[in-house]
Amino acid sequence: MEKLLVAENVSKSFGEFKALNNVSIEVPKGSIFGLLGPNGAGKTTLIRIINQITMPDTGKVFLDGEPLQPNHIQNIGYLPEERGLYKSMKVGEQALYLAQLKGLSKNEAKTKLKYWFDRLEIGDWWDKKIQELSKGMAQKIQFVVTVLHEPKLLIFDEPFSGFDPINANLIKDEILKLRDDGATVIFSTHRMESVEEMCDHIALINKSNKILDGKLLDIKRAYKNNTYEVGLVTQNASAVSAHLKDKFTVSPATFKTINDELQYKIQIPSTVSANDLVSYLTTQGQLTHFVEVIPSANDIFIETVKNN
Amino acid sequence: MNHLQLIIKREYLTKVRNKSFIIMTFLSPVIMIGLFTLVGYLSQLNNDKVRVINVLDESGLFVSQFESTDNLKYDRLESLSLEQAKAKTEKSGDYGLLYIPENDNIDELAKSITFYSEDSPSLGTIDDIEDAIRDKANTLKLNASNYDAAKIKSLRVSVDTKLETFKGEETSKLGSGIKLVFGGAAGYLLFMFIIIYGNMIMRSVIEEKTSRIIEVIISSVKPIKLLLGKIIGTSLAGVTQFAAWVVLLGVLSAIVPLVFGVDITAMQEQQMEAVAQASEGGLQSFVAEALLEINKLPIANLIVMFLFFFIGGYLLYASLYAAIGAAVDSETDTQQFMLPLLMPLILAVYVGFFTVIDNPHGTVSQVFSYIPFTSPVVMLMRIPFGVPWWQQLISVVILFATFIGTVWFAAKIYRVGILMYGKKASYKELAKWLKY
Repeated sequence: MEKLLVAENVSKSFGEFKALNNVSIEVPKGSIFGLLGPNGAGKTTLIRIINQITMPDTGKVFLDGEPLQPNHIQNIGYLPEERGLYKSMKVGEQALYLAQLKGLSKNEAKTKLKYWFDRLEIGDWWDKKIQELSKGMAQKIQFVVTVLHEPKLLIFDEPFSGFDPINANLIKDEILKLRDDGATVIFSTHRMESVEEMCDHIALINKSNKILDGKLLDIKRAYKNNTYEVGLVTQNASAVSAHLKDKFTVSPATFKTINDELQYKIQIPSTVSANDLVSYLTTQGQLTHFVEVIPSANDIFIETVKNN
Repeated sequence: MNHLQLIIKREYLTKVRNKSFIIMTFLSPVIMIGLFTLVGYLSQLNNDKVRVINVLDESGLFVSQFESTDNLKYDRLESLSLEQAKAKTEKSGDYGLLYIPENDNIDELAKSITFYSEDSPSLGTIDDIEDAIRDKANTLKLNASNYDAAKIKSLRVSVDTKLETFKGEETSKLGSGIKLVFGGAAGYLLFMFIIIYGNMIMRSVIEEKTSRIIEVIISSVKPIKLLLGKIIGTSLAGVTQFAAWVVLLGVLSAIVPLVFGVDITAMQEQQMEAVAQASEGGLQSFVAEALLEINKLPIANLIVMFLFFFIGGYLLYASLYAAIGAAVDSETDTQQFMLPLLMPLILAVYVGFFTVIDNPHGTVSQVFSYIPFTSPVVMLMRIPFGVPWWQQLISVVILFATFIGTVWFAAKIYRVGILMYGKKASYKELAKWLKY
């Protein structure tokens, strides 16, 4: 798959502190790429390097095959985590200014702003000052300004903070639409449910090192360990329990059902297929629940960071 | 439009449209003129009031000495005792009572004169009285020793030294005064400009930090461009404000006297007249002489150098102000960095007003006119007194070299500082930033 952004062995130190240590990532074109990691892991530093705000000590970054250079700024839209707008400036004036800094002409910027303001139904804010708007409203403006110049690469750092669930959803849909229209998105967040929902690829950075990356599905596949949740209505519960505990690694499970049943999480060795387990269980009673346990992004995050 | 232009335009427009900026632009000259008018009005009131001084001269020698003027009236008291005279003066609310006792010995008499009043009398009045008495007492003593006082007076020689340089240029004390005014005005103007608009730049950097817009901006433009745009934009706003002040002051000082009938320039005229009388030939020749002196000043030199030093000195300090803004999180944290910045500026003004006036080409004046942090102010004050071109050149070169250094330094601090939140910057911390 074609890569839009490639970072090769990027390192960056601030005095004694090593913020990034030999980090490489590859962001496929047209994907939503989750950049994950605990606080202070080095995500923001990496993002700033991609935006040419800071220079890496060693390593290279390529956008669309070319080494990063100043005019690439126009191809990138960046919504930083620490974000804000000039408080005493009017919304429209400010949006025009920021759009022009991104290389749009005044007229282009006006047309595009009109489109986006209508789309997000914020057209009548044009002459308001930022300090008259609520935080969520200001965030919407900030989002528009980020995507306005139709960059190839969009970088969102915690894009949903400050939004109510309705607006968060609205922004999520807009991001997905931008992706469908051909943009590539790097997405840094601590909200694992949005990672689950949106990201195709992820990279996990911990203590300045990349410790995991790849397609989210592949990672999940790699992290699943043949564990199944089962629910069984049976007459001879103790015998079944004893048998299962003897043959497999069994832990108690709790899920909501209406039956009075045995509930277990069962991890089976790779030599045994799930079908074997199912056929054994069906001989012992009525199988009411059988689900493969797929690790969530959250589980993977916690487990890898803990083990690292 | 390129980025730098955009930034300059935005900085300029936000400054100029700012309400407090507009208010200050219009209010400052109004307040200034208002104060002058008030002072002028009050001193006019003061002058209109006639002070009455009662004179009880038991010796009878001095009474004729005291001539009443428009503002001061001497009333002679007769056949009253001192106690009665005091009571009368206090009751009438007159300004004071001058008591001259009777004594044949002039020297003793001169020491035993007393002035009684409600509060301490003005020094000017006392001086006038003492002059009058001294004059008369001297004459009396001279006459007593058989000298002709009138003849001695006529024999006095008045001395007026002519000043001339080796090149044959005539100079005068008046010329020195005018040089001082020009140099001082240029230096002081720069000083004020640096402080007012340097602070403005600092605040605008801090504003960008606290509003968290900085990262959005510098993902589009290089920090150095933002820094330069800020400095230039704010400076243009400053020049606009200064120009507006000059125009408004001119217009107001022309209009106000017409409307209120108070002559603001009256005081200055009085002073000028006093100076003019000191030089021979009255006000008109004084003005002519002053114009001649101004003509002799190295005006072209002064203007060209004013531009160089103004731009260089201002940018030097402005970049440091911006660096401070980038290093701190709020205006309250700026104190520790402000002092080392203000010290050389204040020093420069002191050196300018004390040392340069005393000895424009002395070692101290020369040294301070080379040090880049003081040279803009000190050199501007020296130039009217005639500074060799090579000294000016060295000073300008040093200034601009240092300016490049401080901009580099400020850009480093700025680049790192604007992205540092919540970290309290110390000098040690700043030194580390330079290496990032």
